[in-house]
Amino acid sequence: MQCDVCQTKEATVFLTQIVDGKMQKVNLCEACSKEKGVNDPTGFALADLLLGLGAAQDIEKNPGSLKCSVCGFTQADFKKTGRLGCSACYGVFAEGLRGMLKNMHKGPSHTGKSPAGFQSQREHGEAMRTLQESLDKAVAAEEYERAADLRDQIRQIEADSRA
Amino acid sequence: MKFSRIIASSGEWLSGDGPNRQIVVSSRVRLARNLRDKPFPGWAKKAERIEVMKLVKDAVENLPEMAESYSENLEALSPLEKQVLVERHLISREHAAKGVGSAVVMNEPQTLSVMINEEDHLRMQAICCGLQLEKVFSMIDRVDSELEQMVDFAFDADLGYLTACPTNVGTGMRASAMLHLPGLVMSDQINKIVNSVNKIGLAVRGLHGEGTEAMGNLFQVSNQTTLGETEEEIIGRLNRVIEQILEHEKNARMLLAQKKCVTLHDQIGRAFGILSNAYSMSSKEALNLLSVIKLGVDLGVFPENHRFPVDELFIETQPAHLQKGAQTQKMSADERDTLRATIIRAKLKQVPEPDIARLQAPEPNSDPTQHDE
Repeated sequence: MQCDVCQTKEATVFLTQIVDGKMQKVNLCEACSKEKGVNDPTGFALADLLLGLGAAQDIEKNPGSLKCSVCGFTQADFKKTGRLGCSACYGVFAEGLRGMLKNMHKGPSHTGKSPAGFQSQREHGEAMRTLQESLDKAVAAEEYERAADLRDQIRQIEADSRA
Repeated sequence: MKFSRIIASSGEWLSGDGPNRQIVVSSRVRLARNLRDKPFPGWAKKAERIEVMKLVKDAVENLPEMAESYSENLEALSPLEKQVLVERHLISREHAAKGVGSAVVMNEPQTLSVMINEEDHLRMQAICCGLQLEKVFSMIDRVDSELEQMVDFAFDADLGYLTACPTNVGTGMRASAMLHLPGLVMSDQINKIVNSVNKIGLAVRGLHGEGTEAMGNLFQVSNQTTLGETEEEIIGRLNRVIEQILEHEKNARMLLAQKKCVTLHDQIGRAFGILSNAYSMSSKEALNLLSVIKLGVDLGVFPENHRFPVDELFIETQPAHLQKGAQTQKMSADERDTLRATIIRAKLKQVPEPDIARLQAPEPNSDPTQHDE
């Protein structure tokens, strides 16, 4: 069996880690296991190692020459550094990243804090959509008094957000 | 504020008080943030890094928390000054390697520090004494909320805060606690603990984070993942694991005190003997022996009022702290070892001989019958 890191030497170190019931395996030759600090349990995290391998493989599967239009970062750069070029790269390389993030993290989507501006924008958008839908329904049902009320509410919110 | 003022005071996380501070040296939370559509520091050109740094530094300096602050570009700091900040955990080793286009801003009590253009445009941290991750999180969360009104952070509805490395995406948060675990090391249980913590998706690392050796029986426990959980969930998970480690450490200490009392006396006595009489001592040896003295204070063998001087030695005997105290040209490693031994000897003169009769086993609290008072 070949070493997963250098892909040349015979693997002699076999590691298995279970994270949240998912089993991950990696096979290493002696030189690579030393380099990755496998013998030192405090400095070694299998996940970090697997992450690096996973990233390289994901990109090989998709050998297109994607390039970020904002910062000029390419897939080859990502393979080399394991880092991205700018925030827009997440959109450009979304496909390759998805699988990688899934293996790396607890879940696929962010559930934590969001910037207040972003939140209020989203809430604002949602509130407006709900009001507009109610207005459309009211008009369709010929409830004009209610419709006028809703229209005033929408105008008020628009005026507030401009202020 | 001048660098000399930062150096002169030891920082609140060392001298302050906090829950479980006998075992939990410090709690720290750091957030990674980036500006939208600006190249990350590792990919940006020098001019772009400088532009981002100016913008961010200006915003950070204007925070109310940073009214009394120390702010400096990294190229203006000497290697020694950078190393002092690393030894105090105020900047990372990676950040210390940076120069033009990077900066650091910290508040006077040294509880908040913001690294500009480390791996991400912003790496901001709060650090406090003892186990209080919720408190340090709320400190840094407030800084983050204030900053987001001044600069446009890269945020995605699905992926959260976008970071240079995909391992930090989502919350961008790394919460960690520095634990002093001599009991688990002496009773050979530490590897078992480290392995089981690693298995549940948390990381255990040495004194200065990733890839560093565990010295002085100090271990850093932190979350590995940042996406798919809220900040509160991550901290809750970490807290539960730390509480368990604390329990194991207390039990290990109790067993040592009851069953391996002679070994424990011997270790404390030897550590005290060597530290009080050595004329040359490496940083590693000092940390490992000081750890045993710290355990001695915890167990009542040394009077409680010597806790702070002993804790202080952990930092003061680090290489850069020794050098800056020396006021001379750069010392060789041998000269540092001599100075280190001198400082320790002088400080231990104030500490009375270990009084083994006063040794108290820690209260076991894993046994539920102990709680019905």
